[in-house]
Amino acid sequence: MLVANDITVRFGERTVLDRVSLTVASGEVVALLGPSGVGKSTLLRVIAGLLTADSGSVSLDDRDVTMLPSHRRNIGLVFQDEQLFPHLTVAENVAFGLRMQRVGRAATAARVAELLQLVGLAALANLHVTKLSGGEAKRVALARSLAPRPAVLLLDEPLTGLDRELHDRLATELSALLRATGTTALLVTHDVDEATAIADRMERL
Amino acid sequence: MPALAAAPVAGLAVFYVWPLATLLTRVLEPGSVSDALSAPGLSHVLWFTLWQALVSTALTMAIGFAPAYLLARFRFRGRGALLAMVTVPFMLPTVVVGAAFLALLPNSWHGTARAVIVAHVFFNIAVVVRLVGAMWAVLPTDLTAAARTLGAKPAQVLRFVVLPLLRSALWAAATVVFLFTFTSFGAVKLLGGAANPTLEVEIARRATQLGDVDGAAVLSLLQLLILGAVVWWSSRWQRRATVHLGAGGVARTARARHERRFVAFAGALTALVMVVPLVVLTSRSFRLGGGWSLNAWRMLGSSEVRPGISLGVDPLASLLTSLKFAVVAALVSVVIGGLAALAIAAARRHGSLLDVGLMLPLGTSAVTIGLGMLITFDTAPFDWRARWWLIPLGHALVATPFVVRALLPVLRSIPVDQRAAAATLGASPLRAWLAVDVRRVLRPLTASAGLAAAISLGEFGATTFLTRAGRETVPIAISRLLGRAGEIPRAQGFALATILLVATGLIIGVASGAARADGGARAGGE
Repeated sequence: MLVANDITVRFGERTVLDRVSLTVASGEVVALLGPSGVGKSTLLRVIAGLLTADSGSVSLDDRDVTMLPSHRRNIGLVFQDEQLFPHLTVAENVAFGLRMQRVGRAATAARVAELLQLVGLAALANLHVTKLSGGEAKRVALARSLAPRPAVLLLDEPLTGLDRELHDRLATELSALLRATGTTALLVTHDVDEATAIADRMERL
Repeated sequence: MPALAAAPVAGLAVFYVWPLATLLTRVLEPGSVSDALSAPGLSHVLWFTLWQALVSTALTMAIGFAPAYLLARFRFRGRGALLAMVTVPFMLPTVVVGAAFLALLPNSWHGTARAVIVAHVFFNIAVVVRLVGAMWAVLPTDLTAAARTLGAKPAQVLRFVVLPLLRSALWAAATVVFLFTFTSFGAVKLLGGAANPTLEVEIARRATQLGDVDGAAVLSLLQLLILGAVVWWSSRWQRRATVHLGAGGVARTARARHERRFVAFAGALTALVMVVPLVVLTSRSFRLGGGWSLNAWRMLGSSEVRPGISLGVDPLASLLTSLKFAVVAALVSVVIGGLAALAIAAARRHGSLLDVGLMLPLGTSAVTIGLGMLITFDTAPFDWRARWWLIPLGHALVATPFVVRALLPVLRSIPVDQRAAAATLGASPLRAWLAVDVRRVLRPLTASAGLAAAISLGEFGATTFLTRAGRETVPIAISRLLGRAGEIPRAQGFALATILLVATGLIIGVASGAARADGGARAGGE
């Protein structure tokens, strides 16, 4: 269970988040809705440990992780613009988190193959990520974040910037994928339809 | 185009191609290659040149890494000032840097390889900060954030994401630093002593002290070949390492406590490292006999230490000589560079040939240029060695490419329509040209004239060969004074180096101010 409690973030004079609290139960998929500029992405960054909040706490399965650095939180984040590593192939991108944990070669290969199968990109394993289409890149980003089995997966507007048809198809796929893997997820979006399609529950910011 | 290009082409042919060709004929003379290569001590020179360049490069890369990260990734108060502090030493004359470390380092370090290496690092940190920093600044910040959310520890982020993505910039910086330190002359001459000669210093020694011009010519060609091979090899690696990045990163204010600590600590340390040698240089010019004194400065006006005892160098006269040379070099390079830029902009295809041709002197070591001129212009009717203008012309040769670089983007960006518009408004072609073109090039022209003057003021390598008694430039005078035993000439050397430091700093400041005010025409500069 993920609990964000009383989070406040100020950038200079501007208060971006003012005592925001939020809970995501284990196995639950929650959509965080709100107009742009309201601090949704900022909240995700605080939860992921990429940004230090001015006050408030984050806990994961009853453990306080507020002071824990990002790499020790086991919280995955899918970026709006994917942020795939441009010097690596599709398979190497997906394997990255496992490599950081020094998972063995065989286990890594098996996990990467499994995830690429899951997102339907098995054929592109050895392609450089700079050669991917928009939809393919989104799938690789998702597979990469899921590979190290994060306790919580954060998704920052993961389907923005795709055309309508692809958007709808990926929304269905994403929903099925999160359920199939039993992933606890927090999804940021400004699109109510997208939220309804993917999430169990909605929160507004 | 042909008419405009005539002067630059002729200048390049007479003062660059001809001397280099003469150098080549000396090499081709029977026996000169085998004589030069079998001369005793050559392997020591080559070995020293190579290892000091490698160590200097490795240390510069390691030490420049933190300031490169700091300046590329963070916004903080005094960032502009710190960037200037890091960049200015790179543009300082090598003798000033040499003098600064002579003033800073203890006597036991004088004449050692350590001293040379320390000065090289100080000098070249700017290369790492500029080249690696430029790449780092466009590295998306979220890419490292992504790595962290995937469980990468800070060291792993560096090793698996940052370094691979910076690899091409790291290669470029390492290559540039290696080339600079391999061909280092001024700093080695002042700090290295007789036991530690680089190839460049050895070439000068053979030509000017031993009179072995053929041997010197062979060594310059050998150096040219080595440098060419390094550039070729490195550019292949660099191309292979290039990764295309998406959207750029954003420099930001440090938020977390460890980041704020890093910014404060690294910023302060960098500022200290960059400023202390220059401050010590200045203060040492006021030290005599264990106390503070203005005597070294007072005595700059005469060549006598004590009544009747001459130094052989007149510091104040060297200042006037240098000023005269700087003005002439700036004028010549602005005229020649301006004509060349106009010709290159007007002619599309053949223009690039002239462009590359004019860049060549930059890639040739100063000592090679000086040596080539020395052995070429020594017979009537071209016996110009004793003519004062040969030195500023040599300086202009090196400075002209900068003028061309500064002017070309502006000239190319002038829309033809603007000129046509001026013409339809009743302006004669000359008036139209004056109104539209000249107005826009005035600022870059001023900036590059300043840069040319600064180059001329600090030039040491080529001048060593062409200098004549009684007509020493400031860098030559500094090296002579610092080479003397005795406290007074030393303090005078430091005083003269301080003057050169301030003059160069002022010119660079004014010139870069002019270039920045021109920002609309060409973003970023350089």
